[in-house]
Amino acid sequence: MSILVLAEHHDGQLAGATAHVVAAAKAIGGDIDVLVAGENVGAVAEAAARLDGVVKVRVADNAVYAHQLAEPMGALLAELADGYSHLLAAASTTGKNVLPRVAALKDVSQISEIVEVVDADTFKRPIYAGNAIATVKSADSLKVITVRSTGFDAIGEGGSAAVENVDIVADNSQSSFVKQELAQSDRPELAAAKVVISGGRGMGSGENFKLLDGIADKLGAAIGASRAAVDAGFVPNDMQVGQTGKIVAPELYIAVGISGAIQHLAGMKDSKVIVAINKDEEAPIFQVADYGLVGDLFQILPELESKL
Amino acid sequence: MKVLVAVKRVIDYNVKIRVKADHSDVDLTNVKMAMNPFCEIAVEEAVRLKEKGVATEVVAVTIGPKAAQEQLRTALALGADRAIHVETEERVESLAAAKLLAKVVEEEQPGLVILGKQAIDTDNNQTGQMLAALAGLPQGTFASEVVVEGDKLQVTREIDGGLQTVELTLPAIVTTDLRLNEPRYAKLPDIMKAKKKPLDVKSPADYGIEVASKLTLLKVESPAERKGGIKVGSVDELVDKLKNEAKVI
Repeated sequence: MSILVLAEHHDGQLAGATAHVVAAAKAIGGDIDVLVAGENVGAVAEAAARLDGVVKVRVADNAVYAHQLAEPMGALLAELADGYSHLLAAASTTGKNVLPRVAALKDVSQISEIVEVVDADTFKRPIYAGNAIATVKSADSLKVITVRSTGFDAIGEGGSAAVENVDIVADNSQSSFVKQELAQSDRPELAAAKVVISGGRGMGSGENFKLLDGIADKLGAAIGASRAAVDAGFVPNDMQVGQTGKIVAPELYIAVGISGAIQHLAGMKDSKVIVAINKDEEAPIFQVADYGLVGDLFQILPELESKL
Repeated sequence: MKVLVAVKRVIDYNVKIRVKADHSDVDLTNVKMAMNPFCEIAVEEAVRLKEKGVATEVVAVTIGPKAAQEQLRTALALGADRAIHVETEERVESLAAAKLLAKVVEEEQPGLVILGKQAIDTDNNQTGQMLAALAGLPQGTFASEVVVEGDKLQVTREIDGGLQTVELTLPAIVTTDLRLNEPRYAKLPDIMKAKKKPLDVKSPADYGIEVASKLTLLKVESPAERKGGIKVGSVDELVDKLKNEAKVI
């Protein structure tokens, strides 16, 4: 068996998610190659070559792969996939955008967001917003899979894989990049943070999210939000944790002013320890919280910050 | 321009699901079903394009059991002009759904196809992308804004870390994210009128497509239950528990 992992990268840096996907590839077993596709991705390829267990890094460095648009990326991967039994990518917005396109081009199914490898053909994945876990077996010759990062511990560094260039240049007349607006943040990446503190509608306003800053600073935490807080315009949508936002599984998740709707729980209920701060003691969040504190967040948050 | 919208009948998003005792699947007997929330957004966007004069006709399509016609009638009540039902009682995985939709696209020649980004039952997030591949069309996934400019489409996409805008040639495939729009409710007179709108019933065989998949669902289980937690009485107690009991800070 041989496995091709699509590297996740942003701004010339290898994203942490890739080390989780390589871990899933290791669980499947076999030779692991990593594909780095993009423009000016030399540093990304070097970082990928250091990942433990990677045999070969294949680099497609061309302007056509800049921003990893689905059309050229799909064509590239469809051409490369023939030599492999498994094609894996992180269940990020890039992986979710590109991989189903590849699967259809190769006339195979895709298995989305696996959280466990049972064997090389059999995988576990959550369905119904994480309220059930399905075990699925694929009889396709090529398994196309996206990996939920939080399901696999990242592998370490220490490898020294060979790096080789891929000369395939897909042509793309159907799509072009126009612009990108990325939220600026000095805090850890939400999906990879050890501690996450999230605010919901109970925060009352975007201004009040500043109450989370001091606590986040002290704990080295990323700040998240519920969909209600995003829809109310308190914070941008890339902070959303849930079925339709990011899936997180930190050591500690602190939910502040979040009721705990099914769709929010889908994004955080695999956290090791959950703390809920809410004034409504009937809020469903308390059913999943290890530690609940009933009270007014406007009094609790400053006190918590001072006592950390 | 004709706009095709794909909708799916799924369990209502507010329902707390139950896994069957034999672990074969989720129990859907006597459970409230509805249109997938992302599909509602797709229908809304198509109808808005019609109201703006961009779309000339909105065609809703679904694949599924006879009862899925309820969701097509909902789409018609919301403003779709006619509907196509590809009727099958079988479990249809994303690839087969995309193949069937590709046939409908070939037949209908829409200028734009809008789907939801994912169905809340299987949570796959695949069909739109697969359809784009099979139809040989560009894709604008996770769209939070869609602007038609002549024979081009500007799509703002929700990506990890922010927003990305891409330009696609038409025809194209778009999948909706939650923030694309706020779907309207169907009004009673429109629900009555929708009963008279045309609804074609087809079968996968009419399109020469095999629904069978190489994926087998072996088992469905409930996720590990979280142990019931405790309520603490004060911030001091919380900090103490996190430091000394849970040891996470």
